[in-house]
Amino acid sequence: MFRFRLDGSSGVPPYLQLVHQVRQSLLLGYLREGDRLPTVKEVAGDLAINPNTVVKAYRQLEHEGLAGGRPGQGTFITGTAPSAPPDAQQSLRASLEQWFRDAQQAGLNDEAVTALIAVVRHDMKRETVG
Amino acid sequence: MTHDDTGGGPALRTAGLGKRYGHVWGLRDCTLTVPAGAIVGLVGPNGAGKTTLLEMIIGLLKPSEGQIEVFGRTAQANTAQTLARVGYVAQNRPLYPDFSVADMFHLGQAMNPNWDMNMAAARMEALDVPLKRKVKALSGGQQAQVSLAMALAKRAPLLVLDEPVASLDPVARLEFMREVMAQAADGGYTVILASHVVSELERFCDFLVVLAHGHAQLIGPVDELLGEHQLLTVPRTTPDADLPGTAIHRTDSDRHSSVVLRTSPATPATRAHPGWQTESVGFEQLVLAYLQRPAKGANSSNPARGAEPSGPTTKVMSR
Repeated sequence: MFRFRLDGSSGVPPYLQLVHQVRQSLLLGYLREGDRLPTVKEVAGDLAINPNTVVKAYRQLEHEGLAGGRPGQGTFITGTAPSAPPDAQQSLRASLEQWFRDAQQAGLNDEAVTALIAVVRHDMKRETVG
Repeated sequence: MTHDDTGGGPALRTAGLGKRYGHVWGLRDCTLTVPAGAIVGLVGPNGAGKTTLLEMIIGLLKPSEGQIEVFGRTAQANTAQTLARVGYVAQNRPLYPDFSVADMFHLGQAMNPNWDMNMAAARMEALDVPLKRKVKALSGGQQAQVSLAMALAKRAPLLVLDEPVASLDPVARLEFMREVMAQAADGGYTVILASHVVSELERFCDFLVVLAHGHAQLIGPVDELLGEHQLLTVPRTTPDADLPGTAIHRTDSDRHSSVVLRTSPATPATRAHPGWQTESVGFEQLVLAYLQRPAKGANSSNPARGAEPSGPTTKVMSR
């Protein structure tokens, strides 16, 4: 049975932590199509977490097409990981490596790189929302 | 869920609720509606009125003014009907030390019409607590579990927990709250949980009530409240009046200020101000911002501006 974790100090809302764990486990192959996720009560009792939070996470997974409820049986993994095709990943990786080399040459340390990535991601999110 | 007690309406509704002790108000002007099935985090410093509110909800205290309804029925102090509708775990877990667990359960059975003895006994078996053991021989965690079992065995749709884990070690706290959350998932309980430990509350509650100075400062579903606030970084010279909402808590640095802001629905886009930066507010940050506000209401004729004991870098704005 799949078990969730919860990091109370991460700053990421609990329901998102659950969603991320399923997505990541799909990517890594720890979860596969047809696997049953624990019941809401099992997760609530296991993590000491609000059952409504678990319901919300499962709804989000259903919305993303990654999981689905079967009446009386529970929630099951129905999708596969949304990953980019291998060629795209290859070329993205290459350009990212080039970008990291450029950043290093420009004198940015790890912290500055992380901060820059966060700022760009934040701004792009805002553009897509607004 | 039990018979007609929920009926689709809210679990709890108060209007203008207040309690006066002599000439001091323990709680005033408290108006709130808690939907059935919510798990409510009730936060506030000592003396903010938390226990006063809880004791009026469970029917141990009579309000001085205002109304209070539990599942659509007026909560009347010290009546059997009111007491039977609420399961209560108090701060100090009032169990009789010389009673055995079984004795405590029989007492509960004698006092509660819907008592579920099978459930209480099954809970103790699951936790390896012998029914014959005396209360005083149990660990703090086990005593808390006995109190919780007694509150649950009443089969009351509303569960009120007043700092139930304050004196427990971390593992016992976790075990207690795991049980509460599992039961909430199972039985559709509405839970009101008073706690000082703000950092732990986020995983438990989906509805928040922040009390301070005998007044409710913030009430609502956690998701909505987080959506209605943001953390805004602005040049220090920016006056509060220019901010797109109400400044709840402001921290001034030499050149910039960080403001926890309650945004109004018609919030103008902050994109108009290239020097401003907005971030979402975390649960703990939000609660602390409200806990640090000065008293309002009674003092509103005398705006706290400059009157509050603010440090050189932090000032707290009243509405």
